[in-house]
Amino acid sequence: MAPTIKAGESYGFFTDTSICIGCKACEVACKEWNQLEGNSPNFLDSFDNTGQLDAQNWRHVKMLDQVPDQSITSGNGTAWLLMSDVCKHCKHASCMEVCPTGAIIRTEFDTVFIQQDVCNGCRNCIAACPYSVIGMNQQTGTAHKCTLCYDRLQAGKQPACAQACPTQSIQFGPLADLQKAADVRLEALHTQGVTQAQLYGRDDKVYGGLNAFFLLMDKPETYGLPNAENAGLPSRNNIGGYLGALVTGVVAVVAGLVAFRRRGAA
Amino acid sequence: MILLAEHFVRAPQWLWYILFYFFLAGLAAGSYVLATILRVAGGPRDEPAARLGYYIALPATLLCPILLTADLGVSWSRFWHMLIDTTPGETGLNFKYWSPMSVGVWALLVFGFFVAVSALDTWARDRQGRANGLLGAGGGRIFNIVGSVIGLFVLSYTGVLLSVSNQPVWSDTWALGGLFLASGLSGAAALITLLVRYRPEASFSLERLRLADGYFAILELALLVAFFATVAIAGSAGRTLTWLPLWILVLVGIGASMLGVRRPARLQASGESVAVAPVAMEATVVSILVLLAVLAMRAAVIFSAQ
Repeated sequence: MAPTIKAGESYGFFTDTSICIGCKACEVACKEWNQLEGNSPNFLDSFDNTGQLDAQNWRHVKMLDQVPDQSITSGNGTAWLLMSDVCKHCKHASCMEVCPTGAIIRTEFDTVFIQQDVCNGCRNCIAACPYSVIGMNQQTGTAHKCTLCYDRLQAGKQPACAQACPTQSIQFGPLADLQKAADVRLEALHTQGVTQAQLYGRDDKVYGGLNAFFLLMDKPETYGLPNAENAGLPSRNNIGGYLGALVTGVVAVVAGLVAFRRRGAA
Repeated sequence: MILLAEHFVRAPQWLWYILFYFFLAGLAAGSYVLATILRVAGGPRDEPAARLGYYIALPATLLCPILLTADLGVSWSRFWHMLIDTTPGETGLNFKYWSPMSVGVWALLVFGFFVAVSALDTWARDRQGRANGLLGAGGGRIFNIVGSVIGLFVLSYTGVLLSVSNQPVWSDTWALGGLFLASGLSGAAALITLLVRYRPEASFSLERLRLADGYFAILELALLVAFFATVAIAGSAGRTLTWLPLWILVLVGIGASMLGVRRPARLQASGESVAVAPVAMEATVVSILVLLAVLAMRAAVIFSAQ
């Protein structure tokens, strides 16, 4: 049952990877609703033939093969890690921080949205997004990513991927409710002895908190997600970069003045 | 400081247009800054070389926005979205001081104004015989100095822009802004030296242009060491070393420039010395090497992350 959706509240996804079965219904539902043509399938090493998030893939089920090459006893492998990846709709969004046109905004649902009629395709957001979420749409020449089904939210409907997910691995709702549900789920898993389970983006250690956060079954790096130490905003490099330039500029000007100082000598 | 930074980011595919923009912006702003230093610190006989610098800045600066616009996904109809926010209900000027791309667009626009006026001013001095140009001696000098401060920003912000991202190599170092600045000045000195042949009276300044180029090269070498040290600490050195041939070319250019500090070329317009021809030849070779190194350094940095 979808919650009542109101402007002014924070919404997001809680993606529980422990119950993802890799069916890719989310990918299909997303493409159907958002009219994404998709790329030509790639025959990759695993059951994954989507490959990555990009302009055509706004949900991507990552399939991480952890099956041992040689099984000594039956059932000793950790088998597959499955994770339906998506734009994280970061509270402190790197893409939004660097966007020079103001095309990337926070919506009334507290989600991160690229306005297609404002974006001019400079790709600064692609250089900034630490999750490799954003891609260039070659037809429109603009940057594309998950909108958290902005149009559906405006119509009071939950996002297509969450509605299609058969195991409720993808849950949509008000952020506070999702965070409570995640805490309960983590507690239950830890009680069952699944100690490797951990929440990613639930608290503010990664980009001020993620509106689309995850329950992971391994450390974030295994899933290709930066851990808290590596999750830095692009602007962290402003001061060092400009300071280095300033010192160099002063030294260079002094050097130039010294080199050219011989006034009018014939 | 991040040790062994892990990156899971996609490359923005900033390739050839951006490479040549970085190259030309460095030469344009470098020429303008050098011309001003020549005018401020040098004597009356340095004026021809200074004028050459202001002239060089004009076409190089004009090409910059063309290259930048061509690189956009929606080029010609929306380049101005960099300046004006067209978000419904939020319409206004775009300026984000924390986003170097946003600041850089404005800096380039303002710098373009200074370059255009300075070129016009130089033309007035040349063709109309106005010794103090359009703005008068004092006014012109202040105008040049303000333009050069903006020029120094244009020289360096491109490097800072790369660092203000989450890309490997680029975001692992603070040295790119300074590196681009030093190399742009070095390249500008080389370009002015190369073009002195079209303005022989400017050859008076050649020896000290060579000396200045050498100083800039020393600075560049120091920043190159800082660049590789920071990138190595972050664990990204392997990515940039895949472009080793380009880095070797950079070192050759820096080496050629640094020779000028130890042995400045005797190239003043002091008569028909028999030694002038081989020295001019050497200066030409050095200048071309330096310019290639300026291009190679930017290419190596840009391609390292992509």
